[in-house]
Amino acid sequence: MSHLTASYGPVNIIKDLSFKLAQGEFLSIIGENGVGKTTLVRSLLGILKPRAGKIDFADNSIAHNIGYVPQSRNLDEEYPITVRDFVSLNLRDSKLPWLSPNEKAKVTSILKQTDLMKIANRPLGQASGGEKQRAYLAQALLNSPKLLILDESTASLDVEMKQELLKLVVKFQKENQTSVIFITHDLPLARRYSDSYLLMTKQQEYTTGPINRLVISESEKV
Amino acid sequence: MLSFDFMRHALVAGTFISIICGMMGVFVIARGMSFLTHTLAEIGFAGAAFGLFIGWPALNGMLLFTVLSSAMVGQLGVRSARRENVISAVSALFLGLGILFIALSDKSATSATSILFGSVIGISLSEVWQVVILSIVVAVVTLLMYRQLKFDSFDSVGARVNGINGAIISIVFLIMLALSVSVAAQIVGSLLIFILLTLPAASARYFVHSVSSMIALSIGFAVAGTWLGITLGYLTNWPTSFFIATIEVIFYLIGLIWYKRS
Repeated sequence: MSHLTASYGPVNIIKDLSFKLAQGEFLSIIGENGVGKTTLVRSLLGILKPRAGKIDFADNSIAHNIGYVPQSRNLDEEYPITVRDFVSLNLRDSKLPWLSPNEKAKVTSILKQTDLMKIANRPLGQASGGEKQRAYLAQALLNSPKLLILDESTASLDVEMKQELLKLVVKFQKENQTSVIFITHDLPLARRYSDSYLLMTKQQEYTTGPINRLVISESEKV
Repeated sequence: MLSFDFMRHALVAGTFISIICGMMGVFVIARGMSFLTHTLAEIGFAGAAFGLFIGWPALNGMLLFTVLSSAMVGQLGVRSARRENVISAVSALFLGLGILFIALSDKSATSATSILFGSVIGISLSEVWQVVILSIVVAVVTLLMYRQLKFDSFDSVGARVNGINGAIISIVFLIMLALSVSVAAQIVGSLLIFILLTLPAASARYFVHSVSSMIALSIGFAVAGTWLGITLGYLTNWPTSFFIATIEVIFYLIGLIWYKRS
Protein backbone atom coordinates (compact mmCIF):
# COMPACT_ATOMS: atom_id res chain seq x y z
CA MET A 1 0.00 0.00 0.00
CA SER A 2 1.58 3.27 -0.99
CA HIS A 3 0.63 6.83 0.03
CA LEU A 4 -3.01 5.92 0.68
CA THR A 5 -5.38 8.76 1.49
CA ALA A 6 -8.97 7.77 2.20
CA SER A 7 -11.87 9.97 3.17
CA TYR A 8 -15.55 10.24 3.87
CA GLY A 9 -16.77 13.48 2.29
CA PRO A 10 -14.26 16.32 2.71
CA VAL A 11 -12.51 14.81 5.77
CA ASN A 12 -9.40 12.71 5.21
CA ILE A 13 -9.61 9.84 7.69
CA ILE A 14 -6.30 8.33 6.52
CA LYS A 15 -3.56 10.53 5.10
CA ASP A 16 -0.53 9.29 3.21
CA LEU A 17 -0.31 5.79 4.68
CA SER A 18 2.26 3.34 3.27
CA PHE A 19 3.08 -0.16 4.44
CA LYS A 20 4.00 -3.57 3.05
CA LEU A 21 2.62 -6.96 3.93
CA ALA A 22 4.56 -10.05 2.86
CA GLN A 23 2.97 -13.38 2.00
CA GLY A 24 2.38 -15.35 5.19
CA GLU A 25 3.03 -12.34 7.45
CA PHE A 26 0.87 -11.61 10.51
CA LEU A 27 0.42 -7.84 10.92
CA SER A 28 -1.39 -6.24 13.85
CA ILE A 29 -2.95 -2.84 13.31
CA ILE A 30 -3.13 -0.92 16.53
CA GLY A 31 -4.70 2.42 17.30
CA GLU A 32 -7.42 4.23 19.21
CA ASN A 33 -10.99 4.42 17.98
CA GLY A 34 -11.31 6.95 15.18
CA VAL A 35 -7.78 6.69 13.75
CA GLY A 36 -9.06 5.08 10.54
CA LYS A 37 -8.66 1.34 11.12
CA THR A 38 -12.11 0.51 9.75
CA THR A 39 -11.57 2.92 6.86
CA LEU A 40 -8.36 1.06 6.04
CA VAL A 41 -10.23 -2.27 6.06
CA ARG A 42 -12.97 -0.87 3.82
CA SER A 43 -10.27 0.33 1.40
CA LEU A 44 -8.58 -3.08 1.40
CA LEU A 45 -11.91 -4.82 0.77
CA GLY A 46 -12.57 -2.48 -2.16
CA ILE A 47 -15.73 -1.06 -0.54
CA LEU A 48 -14.19 2.43 -0.26
CA LYS A 49 -12.18 3.96 -3.11
CA PRO A 50 -8.98 5.70 -2.02
CA ARG A 51 -8.83 9.46 -2.65
CA ALA A 52 -5.13 9.15 -3.43
CA GLY A 53 -2.45 6.48 -3.43
CA LYS A 54 -2.94 2.84 -4.27
CA ILE A 55 -3.18 -0.65 -2.93
CA ASP A 56 -1.08 -3.13 -4.91
CA PHE A 57 -1.70 -6.83 -4.54
CA ALA A 58 1.07 -9.18 -5.72
CA ASP A 59 -1.60 -11.09 -7.58
CA ASN A 60 -5.00 -9.69 -8.61
CA SER A 61 -6.76 -12.85 -7.45
CA ILE A 62 -5.84 -11.92 -3.85
CA ALA A 63 -8.03 -8.81 -4.00
CA HIS A 64 -11.04 -10.86 -5.05
CA ASN A 65 -10.59 -13.46 -2.35
CA ILE A 66 -10.06 -11.74 0.99
CA GLY A 67 -11.33 -13.44 4.14
CA TYR A 68 -12.90 -11.01 6.58
CA VAL A 69 -14.05 -11.64 10.15
CA PRO A 70 -15.97 -8.75 11.71
CA GLN A 71 -16.25 -8.04 15.43
CA SER A 72 -19.82 -9.24 15.60
CA ARG A 73 -22.86 -9.81 13.44
CA ASN A 74 -25.81 -9.30 15.84
CA LEU A 75 -27.20 -12.78 15.30
CA ASP A 76 -29.76 -13.38 18.05
CA GLU A 77 -30.50 -16.70 19.76
CA GLU A 78 -33.35 -17.41 17.34
CA TYR A 79 -31.01 -17.20 14.33
CA PRO A 80 -32.23 -20.40 12.70
CA ILE A 81 -29.62 -21.92 10.39
CA THR A 82 -26.97 -24.42 11.44
CA VAL A 83 -23.29 -23.70 11.80
CA ARG A 84 -22.66 -25.85 8.69
CA ASP A 85 -25.24 -23.95 6.63
CA PHE A 86 -23.91 -20.60 7.83
CA VAL A 87 -20.35 -21.47 6.83
CA SER A 88 -21.49 -22.77 3.43
CA LEU A 89 -23.19 -19.44 2.61
CA ASN A 90 -19.80 -18.32 1.28
CA LEU A 91 -19.67 -21.02 -1.44
CA ARG A 92 -19.82 -18.90 -4.55
CA ASP A 93 -18.10 -20.86 -7.32
CA SER A 94 -21.24 -22.52 -8.65
CA LYS A 95 -24.64 -21.07 -9.54
CA LEU A 96 -26.49 -24.31 -8.76
CA PRO A 97 -28.92 -24.12 -5.83
CA TRP A 98 -27.60 -27.35 -4.31
CA LEU A 99 -24.07 -28.14 -3.09
CA SER A 100 -21.83 -30.51 -5.02
CA PRO A 101 -20.00 -33.34 -3.18
CA ASN A 102 -16.77 -31.31 -3.55
CA GLU A 103 -18.36 -28.28 -1.95
CA LYS A 104 -19.74 -30.37 0.91
CA ALA A 105 -16.25 -31.82 1.48
CA LYS A 106 -14.78 -28.31 1.47
CA VAL A 107 -17.22 -27.22 4.20
CA THR A 108 -16.52 -30.33 6.28
CA SER A 109 -12.78 -29.76 5.98
CA ILE A 110 -12.97 -26.16 7.22
CA LEU A 111 -15.35 -27.16 10.04
CA LYS A 112 -12.75 -29.71 11.14
CA GLN A 113 -9.93 -27.18 10.96
CA THR A 114 -11.88 -24.74 13.13
CA ASP A 115 -13.03 -27.39 15.66
CA LEU A 116 -16.70 -26.94 14.78
CA MET A 117 -17.63 -30.49 13.76
CA LYS A 118 -19.33 -31.25 17.09
CA ILE A 119 -21.76 -28.36 16.73
CA ALA A 120 -21.98 -28.34 12.92
CA ASN A 121 -25.67 -29.27 12.90
CA ARG A 122 -26.71 -27.01 15.76
CA PRO A 123 -28.41 -23.64 15.01
CA LEU A 124 -25.77 -20.90 15.10
CA GLY A 125 -28.05 -18.75 17.29
CA GLN A 126 -27.61 -21.28 20.10
CA ALA A 127 -23.79 -21.33 19.88
CA SER A 128 -21.58 -19.57 22.46
CA GLY A 129 -19.73 -16.32 21.67
CA GLY A 130 -16.49 -18.20 20.98
CA GLU A 131 -18.22 -20.78 18.76
CA LYS A 132 -19.95 -18.03 16.78
CA GLN A 133 -16.62 -16.28 16.24
CA ARG A 134 -15.09 -19.58 15.05
CA ALA A 135 -18.02 -20.00 12.64
CA TYR A 136 -17.36 -16.49 11.25
CA LEU A 137 -13.69 -17.46 10.90
CA ALA A 138 -14.60 -20.74 9.17
CA GLN A 139 -16.83 -18.89 6.70
CA ALA A 140 -14.03 -16.40 5.97
CA LEU A 141 -11.48 -19.19 5.45
CA LEU A 142 -13.75 -21.35 3.28
CA ASN A 143 -12.32 -20.17 -0.05
CA SER A 144 -8.69 -20.39 1.17
CA PRO A 145 -8.03 -16.64 1.05
CA LYS A 146 -4.47 -15.42 0.67
CA LEU A 147 -5.31 -12.46 2.91
CA LEU A 148 -7.35 -12.73 6.12
CA ILE A 149 -8.57 -9.62 7.96
CA LEU A 150 -9.68 -9.92 11.58
CA ASP A 151 -11.51 -6.70 12.46
CA GLU A 152 -11.44 -6.62 16.28
CA SER A 153 -12.79 -10.14 16.02
CA THR A 154 -11.62 -11.11 19.49
CA ALA A 155 -12.94 -8.01 21.28
CA SER A 156 -16.09 -9.66 22.65
CA LEU A 157 -14.35 -12.85 23.81
CA ASP A 158 -12.80 -13.82 27.15
CA VAL A 159 -9.03 -14.36 27.39
CA GLU A 160 -9.16 -18.11 26.85
CA MET A 161 -11.39 -17.87 23.79
CA LYS A 162 -9.22 -15.12 22.30
CA GLN A 163 -6.17 -17.39 22.57
CA GLU A 164 -8.10 -20.31 21.12
CA LEU A 165 -9.27 -18.29 18.11
CA LEU A 166 -5.84 -16.84 17.39
CA LYS A 167 -4.17 -20.24 17.67
CA LEU A 168 -6.52 -21.48 14.93
CA VAL A 169 -5.70 -18.45 12.81
CA VAL A 170 -1.96 -18.93 13.21
CA LYS A 171 -2.25 -22.63 12.38
CA PHE A 172 -4.13 -21.81 9.17
CA GLN A 173 -1.68 -18.98 8.40
CA LYS A 174 1.35 -21.27 8.69
CA GLU A 175 -0.22 -24.15 6.74
CA ASN A 176 -1.47 -22.01 3.87
CA GLN A 177 1.01 -19.13 3.84
CA THR A 178 -1.91 -16.76 4.39
CA SER A 179 -1.19 -13.13 5.23
CA VAL A 180 -3.14 -11.90 8.26
CA ILE A 181 -4.19 -8.37 9.24
CA PHE A 182 -5.35 -8.31 12.85
CA ILE A 183 -7.02 -5.11 14.03
CA THR A 184 -6.95 -4.96 17.79
CA HIS A 185 -6.75 -2.92 20.98
CA ASP A 186 -5.25 -5.89 22.78
CA LEU A 187 -1.49 -5.28 22.91
CA PRO A 188 -0.49 -8.50 24.73
CA LEU A 189 -2.38 -10.52 22.12
CA ALA A 190 -0.76 -8.58 19.27
CA ARG A 191 2.71 -9.09 20.76
CA ARG A 192 2.14 -12.81 21.21
CA TYR A 193 0.85 -13.69 17.74
CA SER A 194 2.04 -11.03 15.27
CA ASP A 195 5.17 -10.76 13.19
CA SER A 196 4.84 -7.00 12.68
CA TYR A 197 2.72 -4.00 13.63
CA LEU A 198 1.23 -0.85 12.17
CA LEU A 199 0.50 1.83 14.76
CA MET A 200 -2.01 4.49 13.71
CA THR A 201 -2.50 7.71 15.68
CA LYS A 202 -5.07 10.51 15.68
CA GLN A 203 -2.35 12.86 14.41
CA GLN A 204 -2.30 10.67 11.27
CA GLU A 205 1.20 9.47 12.05
CA TYR A 206 1.89 5.86 11.15
CA THR A 207 4.74 3.68 12.37
CA THR A 208 5.43 0.14 11.34
CA GLY A 209 8.03 -2.53 12.10
CA PRO A 210 8.66 -5.95 13.64
CA ILE A 211 6.38 -6.57 16.64
CA ASN A 212 9.33 -6.91 19.04
CA ARG A 213 10.19 -3.28 18.35
CA LEU A 214 6.71 -2.01 19.27
CA VAL A 215 7.02 0.52 22.05
CA ILE A 216 3.88 2.14 23.39
CA SER A 217 4.30 4.93 25.89
CA GLU A 218 1.66 5.79 28.52
CA SER A 219 0.32 8.58 26.32
CA GLU A 220 -0.04 6.29 23.30
CA LYS A 221 -2.05 3.65 25.13
CA VAL A 222 -4.74 2.10 22.98
CA MET B 1 -65.19 -32.73 -5.86
CA LEU B 2 -62.60 -33.00 -8.64
CA SER B 3 -65.30 -33.42 -11.28
CA PHE B 4 -65.94 -29.69 -11.12
CA ASP B 5 -63.77 -27.43 -13.29
CA PHE B 6 -63.73 -24.66 -10.68
CA MET B 7 -62.34 -27.05 -8.04
CA ARG B 8 -59.61 -28.34 -10.35
CA HIS B 9 -58.68 -24.75 -11.22
CA ALA B 10 -58.63 -23.81 -7.54
CA LEU B 11 -56.38 -26.74 -6.62
CA VAL B 12 -53.91 -26.20 -9.49
CA ALA B 13 -53.65 -22.43 -8.89
CA GLY B 14 -53.54 -22.99 -5.12
CA THR B 15 -50.68 -25.46 -5.43
CA PHE B 16 -48.52 -23.17 -7.56
CA ILE B 17 -49.24 -20.16 -5.33
CA SER B 18 -48.41 -22.16 -2.20
CA ILE B 19 -45.11 -23.37 -3.65
CA ILE B 20 -44.05 -19.81 -4.51
CA CYS B 21 -45.23 -18.36 -1.20
CA GLY B 22 -43.59 -21.15 0.82
CA MET B 23 -40.27 -20.54 -0.95
CA MET B 24 -40.36 -16.72 -0.89
CA GLY B 25 -41.59 -16.70 2.72
CA VAL B 26 -38.30 -18.15 3.99
CA PHE B 27 -36.46 -15.12 2.55
CA VAL B 28 -39.19 -12.68 3.66
CA ILE B 29 -38.74 -13.83 7.28
CA ALA B 30 -34.92 -13.90 7.06
CA ARG B 31 -34.84 -10.36 5.64
CA GLY B 32 -37.35 -9.07 8.23
CA MET B 33 -39.84 -8.05 5.56
CA SER B 34 -43.14 -9.29 7.00
CA PHE B 35 -44.38 -5.72 7.43
CA LEU B 36 -43.39 -4.81 3.89
CA THR B 37 -45.24 -7.89 2.59
CA HIS B 38 -48.39 -6.67 4.30
CA THR B 39 -47.93 -3.26 2.69
CA LEU B 40 -47.43 -4.79 -0.75
CA ALA B 41 -50.72 -6.61 -0.24
CA GLU B 42 -52.46 -3.29 0.49
CA ILE B 43 -50.83 -1.83 -2.59
CA GLY B 44 -52.14 -4.87 -4.46
CA PHE B 45 -55.64 -4.04 -3.23
CA ALA B 46 -55.31 -0.52 -4.68
CA GLY B 47 -54.00 -2.00 -7.94
CA ALA B 48 -56.88 -4.46 -8.21
CA ALA B 49 -59.36 -1.66 -7.51
CA PHE B 50 -57.64 0.42 -10.20
CA GLY B 51 -57.98 -2.58 -12.56
CA LEU B 52 -61.72 -2.74 -11.86
CA PHE B 53 -62.00 1.00 -12.40
CA ILE B 54 -60.42 0.94 -15.86
CA GLY B 55 -61.85 -2.45 -16.83
CA TRP B 56 -58.72 -4.66 -16.44
CA PRO B 57 -58.58 -8.04 -14.69
CA ALA B 58 -57.78 -7.50 -11.00
CA LEU B 59 -54.49 -9.45 -11.26
CA ASN B 60 -53.11 -7.11 -13.93
CA GLY B 61 -53.88 -4.03 -11.83
CA MET B 62 -52.22 -5.68 -8.85
CA LEU B 63 -49.12 -6.58 -10.83
CA LEU B 64 -48.75 -3.03 -12.12
CA PHE B 65 -49.05 -1.42 -8.69
CA THR B 66 -47.03 -3.91 -6.65
CA VAL B 67 -44.12 -4.15 -9.08
CA LEU B 68 -43.84 -0.36 -9.46
CA SER B 69 -44.14 0.29 -5.75
CA SER B 70 -41.66 -2.44 -4.77
CA ALA B 71 -39.08 -0.86 -7.05
CA MET B 72 -39.88 2.52 -5.41
CA VAL B 73 -39.57 1.15 -1.86
CA GLY B 74 -36.27 -0.47 -2.90
CA GLN B 75 -34.97 2.88 -4.06
CA LEU B 76 -36.18 4.62 -0.89
CA GLY B 77 -33.85 2.54 1.23
CA VAL B 78 -35.25 -0.77 2.27
CA ARG B 79 -32.55 -1.38 4.83
CA SER B 80 -32.48 2.06 6.32
CA ALA B 81 -33.77 3.10 9.73
CA ARG B 82 -36.62 5.03 8.17
CA ARG B 83 -37.92 1.95 6.37
CA GLU B 84 -41.00 1.42 8.55
CA ASN B 85 -42.07 5.06 8.29
CA VAL B 86 -41.61 5.02 4.51
CA ILE B 87 -43.63 1.81 4.29
CA SER B 88 -46.40 3.22 6.53
CA ALA B 89 -46.68 6.31 4.34
CA VAL B 90 -46.77 4.28 1.11
CA SER B 91 -49.29 1.90 2.66
CA ALA B 92 -51.63 4.73 3.76
CA LEU B 93 -51.51 6.33 0.33
CA PHE B 94 -52.31 3.11 -1.53
CA LEU B 95 -55.13 2.01 0.81
CA GLY B 96 -56.70 5.43 0.28
CA LEU B 97 -56.32 5.06 -3.49
CA GLY B 98 -57.87 1.57 -3.34
CA ILE B 99 -60.96 2.94 -1.58
CA LEU B 100 -61.16 5.77 -4.11
CA PHE B 101 -60.96 3.43 -7.15
CA ILE B 102 -63.62 1.12 -5.69
CA ALA B 103 -65.89 4.11 -5.10
CA LEU B 104 -65.28 5.52 -8.58
CA SER B 105 -65.84 2.24 -10.40
CA ASP B 106 -69.45 1.16 -10.76
CA LYS B 107 -68.72 -2.36 -9.53
CA SER B 108 -70.59 -3.73 -6.52
CA ALA B 109 -69.15 -4.25 -3.07
CA THR B 110 -68.74 -7.94 -3.97
CA SER B 111 -65.75 -7.03 -6.15
CA ALA B 112 -64.06 -5.28 -3.24
CA THR B 113 -64.78 -8.23 -0.97
CA SER B 114 -63.25 -10.72 -3.39
CA ILE B 115 -60.10 -8.58 -3.73
CA LEU B 116 -59.77 -8.23 0.03
CA PHE B 117 -60.64 -11.79 1.01
CA GLY B 118 -59.83 -13.86 -2.09
CA SER B 119 -61.98 -15.93 -4.41
CA VAL B 120 -60.02 -18.98 -5.45
CA ILE B 121 -63.19 -20.96 -6.15
CA GLY B 122 -64.14 -18.53 -8.91
CA ILE B 123 -60.77 -18.61 -10.74
CA SER B 124 -61.01 -19.15 -14.53
CA LEU B 125 -58.77 -21.32 -16.72
CA SER B 126 -57.00 -18.30 -18.24
CA GLU B 127 -56.32 -16.98 -14.73
CA VAL B 128 -54.92 -20.37 -13.75
CA TRP B 129 -52.49 -20.15 -16.67
CA GLN B 130 -51.49 -16.64 -15.63
CA VAL B 131 -50.82 -17.85 -12.07
CA VAL B 132 -48.83 -20.84 -13.34
CA ILE B 133 -46.65 -18.73 -15.67
CA LEU B 134 -46.00 -16.05 -13.04
CA SER B 135 -45.14 -18.72 -10.48
CA ILE B 136 -42.64 -20.29 -12.87
CA VAL B 137 -41.04 -16.88 -13.50
CA VAL B 138 -40.67 -16.24 -9.75
CA ALA B 139 -39.28 -19.74 -9.15
CA VAL B 140 -36.75 -19.54 -11.99
CA VAL B 141 -35.47 -16.05 -11.07
CA THR B 142 -35.21 -17.03 -7.40
CA LEU B 143 -33.32 -20.22 -8.24
CA LEU B 144 -30.96 -18.31 -10.55
CA MET B 145 -29.94 -15.95 -7.74
CA TYR B 146 -30.44 -18.54 -4.99
CA ARG B 147 -26.90 -18.59 -3.53
CA GLN B 148 -26.52 -14.82 -3.50
CA LEU B 149 -30.03 -14.28 -2.15
CA LYS B 150 -29.41 -16.88 0.56
CA PHE B 151 -26.10 -15.25 1.57
CA ASP B 152 -27.57 -11.73 1.59
CA SER B 153 -30.72 -12.80 3.46
CA PHE B 154 -29.06 -14.88 6.17
CA ASP B 155 -25.78 -12.99 6.58
CA SER B 156 -25.90 -9.54 5.01
CA VAL B 157 -22.59 -8.53 6.67
CA GLY B 158 -20.76 -11.52 5.20
CA ALA B 159 -22.41 -11.05 1.81
CA ARG B 160 -21.35 -7.40 1.59
CA VAL B 161 -17.70 -8.04 2.41
CA ASN B 162 -17.64 -10.90 -0.05
CA GLY B 163 -18.60 -8.64 -2.92
CA ILE B 164 -22.30 -9.45 -3.27
CA ASN B 165 -24.27 -6.46 -4.51
CA GLY B 166 -27.00 -6.28 -1.85
CA ALA B 167 -28.83 -3.41 -3.58
CA ILE B 168 -29.41 -5.39 -6.79
CA ILE B 169 -30.41 -8.53 -4.85
CA SER B 170 -32.84 -6.42 -2.81
CA ILE B 171 -34.57 -4.87 -5.79
CA VAL B 172 -34.87 -8.13 -7.76
CA PHE B 173 -36.17 -9.86 -4.62
CA LEU B 174 -38.74 -7.10 -4.03
CA ILE B 175 -40.01 -7.43 -7.59
CA MET B 176 -40.31 -11.21 -7.19
CA LEU B 177 -42.10 -10.58 -3.89
CA ALA B 178 -44.50 -8.20 -5.65
CA LEU B 179 -45.30 -10.91 -8.21
CA SER B 180 -45.84 -13.45 -5.42
CA VAL B 181 -48.13 -11.08 -3.52
CA SER B 182 -50.20 -10.49 -6.64
CA VAL B 183 -50.67 -14.16 -7.39
CA ALA B 184 -51.26 -15.14 -3.76
CA ALA B 185 -53.99 -12.52 -3.45
CA GLN B 186 -56.01 -14.64 -5.90
CA ILE B 187 -56.44 -17.25 -3.18
CA VAL B 188 -56.42 -15.60 0.22
CA GLY B 189 -57.15 -12.01 -0.78
CA SER B 190 -54.96 -9.02 -0.15
CA LEU B 191 -55.96 -8.64 3.51
CA LEU B 192 -54.76 -12.13 4.42
CA ILE B 193 -51.76 -12.38 2.11
CA PHE B 194 -49.23 -12.79 4.91
CA ILE B 195 -50.94 -16.07 5.86
CA LEU B 196 -49.19 -17.78 2.95
CA LEU B 197 -46.17 -15.52 2.61
CA THR B 198 -45.00 -15.48 6.22
CA LEU B 199 -46.70 -18.08 8.44
CA PRO B 200 -45.53 -21.32 6.72
CA ALA B 201 -41.93 -20.05 6.67
CA ALA B 202 -42.13 -18.78 10.26
CA SER B 203 -43.42 -22.21 11.33
CA ALA B 204 -40.77 -24.12 9.33
CA ARG B 205 -37.86 -22.41 11.06
CA TYR B 206 -38.96 -23.91 14.37
CA PHE B 207 -38.59 -27.45 13.04
CA VAL B 208 -35.60 -27.48 10.66
CA HIS B 209 -32.34 -25.59 10.48
CA SER B 210 -30.97 -25.49 6.97
CA VAL B 211 -32.21 -23.06 4.33
CA SER B 212 -33.11 -25.80 1.85
CA SER B 213 -35.08 -27.83 4.41
CA MET B 214 -36.81 -24.67 5.63
CA ILE B 215 -37.93 -23.97 2.06
CA ALA B 216 -39.14 -27.58 1.61
CA LEU B 217 -41.09 -27.62 4.89
CA SER B 218 -42.48 -24.12 4.35
CA ILE B 219 -43.78 -25.20 0.92
CA GLY B 220 -45.23 -28.32 2.57
CA PHE B 221 -47.11 -26.24 5.18
CA ALA B 222 -48.38 -23.81 2.54
CA VAL B 223 -49.56 -26.56 0.15
CA ALA B 224 -51.17 -28.60 2.96
CA GLY B 225 -53.00 -25.52 4.28
CA THR B 226 -54.24 -24.55 0.83
CA TRP B 227 -55.42 -28.05 -0.15
CA LEU B 228 -57.15 -28.61 3.19
CA GLY B 229 -58.60 -25.09 3.12
CA ILE B 230 -60.04 -25.52 -0.40
CA THR B 231 -61.46 -28.94 0.48
CA LEU B 232 -63.05 -27.75 3.73
CA GLY B 233 -64.39 -24.67 1.95
CA TYR B 234 -66.01 -26.94 -0.64
CA LEU B 235 -67.51 -29.24 2.02
CA THR B 236 -68.84 -26.53 4.34
CA ASN B 237 -69.43 -23.62 1.97
CA TRP B 238 -67.48 -21.43 4.41
CA PRO B 239 -64.75 -19.09 3.10
CA THR B 240 -61.56 -20.87 1.96
CA SER B 241 -59.41 -18.05 3.40
CA PHE B 242 -60.79 -18.71 6.87
CA PHE B 243 -59.72 -22.35 6.75
CA ILE B 244 -56.28 -21.61 5.27
CA ALA B 245 -55.65 -18.94 7.91
CA THR B 246 -56.73 -21.23 10.75
CA ILE B 247 -54.65 -24.19 9.50
CA GLU B 248 -51.51 -22.08 9.05
CA VAL B 249 -51.93 -20.56 12.53
CA ILE B 250 -52.27 -24.10 13.95
CA PHE B 251 -48.99 -25.11 12.19
CA TYR B 252 -47.35 -22.01 13.65
CA LEU B 253 -48.58 -22.69 17.20
CA ILE B 254 -47.41 -26.32 17.01
CA GLY B 255 -44.02 -25.04 15.84
CA LEU B 256 -43.80 -22.53 18.65
CA ILE B 257 -44.68 -25.15 21.29
CA TRP B 258 -42.19 -27.61 19.72
CA TYR B 259 -39.45 -24.97 19.80
CA LYS B 260 -40.14 -23.95 23.42
CA ARG B 261 -40.09 -27.58 24.57
CA SER B 262 -36.89 -28.49 22.74
